[in-house]
This record gives sequence, structure tokens and C-alpha cells, in this order.
Amino acid sequence: MSEHIVSVRVYITIFLVLLGGTALTVVAAFFDFPWQLNTIVALTIATIKATFVVLYFMHVRYSSRLVWVIVAAALFWMGILFALTFSDYLTRDWISIQPY
Amino acid sequence: MATEATAPEIHGHRSLQHHFENMEQQREAGTLGMWVFLVTEIMFFGGMFLAYTLYRSLYPAAFASASNHLDITLGAVNTGVLILSSFTMAMAVYFTQIGKRRPQVLCLLLTLLLGLTFLGIKAVEYHDKYEDRLIPGRLIPGHSFNPQVQQEGQPVDPHKLHLLPGATVEKVEMFYWIYFAMTGMHALHMIIGAGLLTFLLIFSLKGRFDPEYHSPVEVIGLYWHFVDIVWIFLFPLLYLLGRHLEHG
Repeated sequence: MSEHIVSVRVYITIFLVLLGGTALTVVAAFFDFPWQLNTIVALTIATIKATFVVLYFMHVRYSSRLVWVIVAAALFWMGILFALTFSDYLTRDWISIQPY
Repeated sequence: MATEATAPEIHGHRSLQHHFENMEQQREAGTLGMWVFLVTEIMFFGGMFLAYTLYRSLYPAAFASASNHLDITLGAVNTGVLILSSFTMAMAVYFTQIGKRRPQVLCLLLTLLLGLTFLGIKAVEYHDKYEDRLIPGRLIPGHSFNPQVQQEGQPVDPHKLHLLPGATVEKVEMFYWIYFAMTGMHALHMIIGAGLLTFLLIFSLKGRFDPEYHSPVEVIGLYWHFVDIVWIFLFPLLYLLGRHLEHG
């Protein structure tokens, strides 16, 4: 058995980090950040929480390179989905074209 | 001849399928296959997150108003419930890996119960939205989307929709289409997960899993954590996006 067994201590730490992150994101939501940074703050906390779940609860940190490639591929394709869609929608009023 | 005859005996676990060399190869293939499936799930939910981002960028005030009507306490408690269930699921995998059956069964049972708790709280929230007539369109016959709007100067009524400047009821309805599509699809995944956990529980009670063979526990665990991650993003995006505007 070459399988890596994550220790209970690590699982408990991650669990507490996730609970703390949830409390933090609720508190931060009521705070008025300058430059409309609330969404950025909320998404940063959510991404950190998700990363901990993927790396430890889902064992990716201890998994083969092949699993890493598959996870990276998912993120890459999500990037394409968002980048191409918003390169359209967010730039529609940059130039004024008469509606046909 | 003797070595050839004994070779299958060494790796001859009863759960080893004939097309795999050994248990480790079988386990890794299963985990890899699950991850490929999860990629398709990420793309599936990704489309809905895209729709959310797009409509929120088009109607920011309406999305903030609609979001503020959601119950932040129930949402936060449900986030905690789901995180705890992810933890017990991870512990179920751990106890299977070290071959302790009783705590393994207990952890699976706890995960299942926490999943059902999440669904129960979600049902309470959906009912609140039904009472406030916030089910979009005409999904329920005779009970179309028709929320009461809080007027200026009236006493604050939590059942009425408080519109921020620039928000309209029609655009709020758009938020609730997306809210019910995303949380509904998430809840469906939870229901499927609860079914899978029931299956795990039965086979675990039968003693089918051991340190050599526990792919089903590991793989369903991956699915359960994925569903948890979807909620980790849904909670701030749906429940928290306009709170600072209401109190600022």
C-alpha cells in the first residue's frame, strides 16, 4: 500500500479553517469595503476554502500528477468559458455601432 | 510453474477485477475516473455560475436587493452543516483506510444525517420564498411570482421586498430564476449523494470495505466534497452580495 493516509490532526485543522473562513466571509459581507471590493474579498475567501478542501479532504496534494493535470484542465476550461464570454459582453459598448 | 500458480494468490483480493494488475492500480484508476467525471460537473455548474455573473453584472442593484431577502442565518448554518458533513466524510475515508469498521459506519451515518439536515433547512428556506411569492414565473399554478414591495416610510416588514435604488421587481425575478436553478441543482446533487451514502452504509455494515479495497468510499467522498465546494461558492455569491449596501 503506497496510499498516503492523511492524519486526523490535519483533517481537524482543515475543518476549523473552513468554519473560520465561513464566519469571516459573513462578517466581511457587512463591512463596506472601498472600491466595491466586497465581491473580491468574498471570492478570495471562498477560493481559499475550496483549495483546502481539494488539497486535503480530496487528497489531491497526495495524488498522482495525472490527477493534478485533470484538476488543472477543469480550471483552464472554466477560464476559457468566462474569458471568451466576457470579452464579448463587457466590451459591447466600447464602440458605437448602429443597431441594424 | 509454481510461481505462476501462486502469483494471482498474492494480489488475489476478492474485489480485484480481472482487468487490473493489482489493488493499487484498480484504486488509482477509479480515483482518476471520478476526477474526470468531476471535471464535467465543474463545467456543468460553471455554465450556471457564468449565467449568474453575467446577469449580476447587468442588474447589480436588483441582484443585491433580491440577495438581501434571503435568510443569512439559515444560509450560514447550512454552510456549517455541509462543512461538518465533509469532515465526517473525510473521517469515514480515514477509518476505512486504517480498517476500523465501527467508526467508519458511524461517520458514514453522520454524513448522511448532516446531508439530510442540509436538505431540511433548504426546504424551510424554499417554503419561506413560497410564502413571500418569490417562486419565479408560473412554476406553481395559481401562485405566480408576485412579491410585496416595501414602500418608503412604511414599517419594516421582513416578508416584503426592499428594493435598492435602480432595482425593479422584474430584475429581482431574474435573480430568483438563477437562485432556484443553482440551489435546486445543488440540492439534487445532495439527494443523489444521500442515496450514494445509503449504499455505502449498507455495504459498510456488510463489511465490504477494508484497507485494501475502499474505492467506493473514496470516490463517493470525492463527489461529496465537490458538492460541498459548489456550496462554498454559492453561499457568498447568493446570500452575501448586497449586505453592505443595506447597512452602509
